[in-house]
Order: sequence, then C-alpha cells, then structure tokens
Amino acid sequence: MTSTIGTTAPAPAARPIVTPPGLASQVRTHVWRNVKHIRRMPEMLADVTFQPVMFVVLFAYVFGGSINAGVNYREWLLPGIMAQTMTFSCFVVAVGLTNDLNKGVIDRFRSLPISRASVLMGRSISSLIHSSIGIVVMAGTGLVIGWRIHEGFTRAVLGFALLLLFGFAMIWFGILAGSALKTVEAVQGVMFTAVFPLTFLADTFAPAANMSPAWLRTVAEWNPISSLVRAIRELWGNAAPLAPDSALPLHHPVESTIIWSVALTLVLAPLSIRAFNRRTSD
Amino acid sequence: MTLHATPAPYRGPAIEAEHLVKRFGEMTAVDDVSFAVPQGSVLGLLGPNGAGKTTTVRMMTTLSRPTSGTARVAGHDVISDPDAVRRSMGLTGQAATVDEFLTGRENLRLMGSLYGLSRREMTRISDELLERFSIADAGDKVVKDYSGGMRRRLDLAVSLIAAPRVLFLDEPTTGLDPRSRVELWSTLRELVADGTTLLLTTQYLEEADQLADRIIVVDHGRIIAEGTPLELKDRSGAAALVITVSHAHELVAAQALLASHVREVHVDPGARQLTAPVEGLADVMRVARVFEQSEIVLDDLGLKRPSLDDVFLHLTGRRAESEESADDQAAEPAAVMEEVR
Repeated sequence: MTSTIGTTAPAPAARPIVTPPGLASQVRTHVWRNVKHIRRMPEMLADVTFQPVMFVVLFAYVFGGSINAGVNYREWLLPGIMAQTMTFSCFVVAVGLTNDLNKGVIDRFRSLPISRASVLMGRSISSLIHSSIGIVVMAGTGLVIGWRIHEGFTRAVLGFALLLLFGFAMIWFGILAGSALKTVEAVQGVMFTAVFPLTFLADTFAPAANMSPAWLRTVAEWNPISSLVRAIRELWGNAAPLAPDSALPLHHPVESTIIWSVALTLVLAPLSIRAFNRRTSD
Repeated sequence: MTLHATPAPYRGPAIEAEHLVKRFGEMTAVDDVSFAVPQGSVLGLLGPNGAGKTTTVRMMTTLSRPTSGTARVAGHDVISDPDAVRRSMGLTGQAATVDEFLTGRENLRLMGSLYGLSRREMTRISDELLERFSIADAGDKVVKDYSGGMRRRLDLAVSLIAAPRVLFLDEPTTGLDPRSRVELWSTLRELVADGTTLLLTTQYLEEADQLADRIIVVDHGRIIAEGTPLELKDRSGAAALVITVSHAHELVAAQALLASHVREVHVDPGARQLTAPVEGLADVMRVARVFEQSEIVLDDLGLKRPSLDDVFLHLTGRRAESEESADDQAAEPAAVMEEVR
C-alpha cells in the first residue's frame, strides 16, 4: 500500500510528430481508400461492367440488325459504348462525393491538416480508375463479338487517351452535381433523367445522321459525346464514311473532342469548386 | 546545461473562445461565447439540442468560420492559422464518421497517413489503440459489421491516431447503451490522466457531472451559467431529506413524526416517499435518530443533493431535455443524477 506513495502518474506516451505529407501522398491515400471501396463492393462496378456488357449484347444482337451504320455495326457500336461508360464517370464521382458529404467524412477530412483539393483529386483519380476498368471490360467484350482496332498502336493509344480526357471533363460535372445535390437519390435522379438520355442523343448507338427532325440531328451532332465517338472510331478504323452535310465538329472530331473537353473543364471546374466550397462551409 | 533551441512549451490555456458569434441569416446560433480551458482539464459544454454546442465546436475546429470573435487551440488562432489548429487537435463529431467499408485497422491507417505518420509508427499506435478500445479482435473486420458501441470507440480511436493534445468530442455517447457509455467515460478519464485537454458537449447532465472539471451551461447560443459541477449544484438551492417507508400504512405516521422536526414535508404515496428540505447532514442524523426510536420501518433514508437537472430547471425554468422531446432523444431516460448519501 505505502509503495504507491510518491509514485507519479505514468509518463504520457510519446506523442508522434505530425508532419502532414505532401499533396501527392495525400491524394494517394484518398485513392487507396476509394479503391478499397471498389474491392469491398465489387457490385459498385456494375455500372461499368454488367450494364455496358448488357448494352453491347442488346444493341449488337437485338437492335443491331435494324440499324444501318454504314459499316459493321458491332465494330461501330463499341466506341459508342465506351464513350457512354466514360461519360458516366461523373455519376461515380457524384455518388461518392454526396455519400462522403452526408456521412460527415468530408468534415472529418477538413478537420485534418491536409489540402482540401486532395479529397477532390483523390475522387477524380479513383473515378477514372473505375471507368477505365469498364473500358477494359468493354474492350474484352468487343474482342469476343468481333470488334478490332484496325490502325496502329499510336492511334489506338490516342483513342484511349481521348476517352480519359473526356472522362476528366465529366468528373467536374460530377463534383458539381455531388456538391449541389443533397442526397444520393437526387444524384441518381438527375443522372438518369439528364445524362443517360444525353448519351443516346448522340452518334453512339444509332447514327446521328439518320435522326429526325432535323433539329434533333443538329443537337446530336453538336453533342460533345458525338465528337468523342467519331474521333475514336476514326482513330481505330471503326468509322463509317461521314455524311457531307454533318455538323462541323464531326468533320474534325479529334480537335473537337479536345476543345470540348478543355472548354467543359474551364466552365465546370470553377463552378464545381465553388459549389463544393459552399457546401462545406457555413 | 544543454542549451538546445527548442521552443518553450506552450503553457497557456489549451482552448480559448473569445466572443464567438455565429449567425445563420437571421438566426443567431452562437451569441458572444467566451471561455478558456486550462491544459489537462475537461470542459463540459452542456445544453439542450439546438443550444449552439455543435456550432461552437465546429468554429473551434476550423469547420465553420465565426461571424465574429475568434478561438485559439493550443495557442493557434482558428482564423489566422487553421492548419496549426488542425495539427494540434482531434475531433470526434456527433455521427460516427468512420468509413464503414474499411476495417478498423484501415480506418486508423487512413487517418494516420493523412497526418503523415510513418508506417511503423502507425502500426504501433494502431495496435495500442485497438487494444485500448477493446476492438483488437475486430481490427481486421469491416466496420459495417461493428456494433454501435464499437463504431463509437473506433471513431474515438481514429481521432487519437496522432495523439492530439486537445480533443473535441461532440456528444460522444449519444446513442450508446449505458454500459458502453460508462466504458467510454473511463477511457476518456485515462486520456485526461495522460495530459489531454478535453472539450465535450453533452445533453446528459450525468455525463458532464462525471467527466467535467468545469461546466458551461448554454441555452439559445448564450452561456447562462459556469462553474464546477458542485458550484452549479450549490447554486440551485437546498438539499432534501428523502425517506422511504417500508409499509404504506405507516406513511401517515411517518409524515406526522417528520413534520414535528422539519419545516415542511412533501408526500409521494406511490413511492412511499417523504421529502423535506434540510440544511445538511446534521439534520439528517437528527431525523435518523428520531426514526430509530420509533416503530416505523424504513427502506431508505438519505440526503439528496440537487442534480444538474435541477440546476438547469433553476436556470432556465425548464428541463434540459424537454426542448426537443419529440425527436429521438426522448427515448433516453432523463439523466437525473441520484446522489443519495
């Protein structure tokens, strides 16, 4: 009993030194977390695996016979599905962000001595990884049903690079929607009523040149997704001859895709960062 | 002897609020709140739902910008040097914000690497924390499968990964069962023993009483009282003598006997209880001797000091937990502190 007299409280455990890591390391940690999520919930990948595979099968075998694309429809279709999958990158970002915002995860990150941008950058990169998995699955499916890249390696790579570039632009739209909308349900609602039809109102599944009335064709041909699809079809040798009266972007699809992607980023990035900051400050 | 140029350790208050004000449009959520918390002590911010507790904590942890006024954590200003504040404090918010698709260990790793801990340090600290919070066995399980209490404990563990000197806990035991609550309290006491400064918000009077060195009572965004738990209790008036008789038929006799020794007697027939205001322990002893010589059989006889609930009633004219009684808090029994001696 007496031995306790004079003993002091146990020395506090050594406190580790907090040296916040660089931005790259922070982003890597966020990506690590998001990729873990994909591994824990493979069903998260359904939107870039089962769904596009189903579309490939549906369009290649059910509708394909009635659609005259001017070339082998299955080869023509594949770039369309890939462009759609890439467009849906915004959906992946928006759902992830809204979830984190609602569950207080973003607040917790904001209470740490890290860059705010790292959260968004981590989200963007993991969403591109997510969509790229879809592109790989699409390519595999395409090879099975007879799709081929007929041009050289460089043009093949350029096609995939354009897909990623466009996906990057779409991510900003996702950040905007994820910050502005309050619930995951709202995000899903907007995506299905706005983005989903937009991927059809383009040169993706049926030739825009055959769409009528004329204004609908114009809208479809000016749709950035049409530029992207036309660009990768031309790069990969899956394109049909272009109707001479097609809209201007389709005559220069690669340039148009780059211009569209840069322009969308320039417009959407400030808007989405503002929406995110507004959502996370009060 | 060795004259290293190490900066002198900061000795001032661990947490200071200076005229903090937060307005949301027309509504003033926090209205001129000032206080200081010495290092190594515990401040309880007590008040009903909507009193402005969470908003105060959000301002002090750099999540929300004060409309006016400022706050300092470990000497760093939340407005001019938010990053230094973030480096020196940990926060456990109201909802458990652990990642439910990661394992417990991965959650610790996530936060640890964002704080820039080395992998070796992280492993060592994670093991310690998992052990300390009794989740070592579940450390490699996905949080989705954790119970509410386990999530809360992990949440707290995650806030401690960088061993912050100052810890903010926003209603840390809301939604916990009584046993988990008591366990969490003892963990928090250990942290304080290690030198951590704690600011906790709570609407449970018992919790503030159990943990806090000082309590600030807030209502409608303003501080309405401040002091040690004992000071606050003393302020709300006299203690009461409470007698429980064993047999209901002796209640009337007991009442008559008691009435001849005290000023007034209140009778609760359902509980077979008599209550009377008294000055202190001497009165209780005197009454005890009287009953000892009588034939009346007693279950209990004791002194009941005012609870913090009485304090709140005294200060505001209403019960602490009455304001939002319609929401989920209603399920919680009023945490009245029984202190019968």
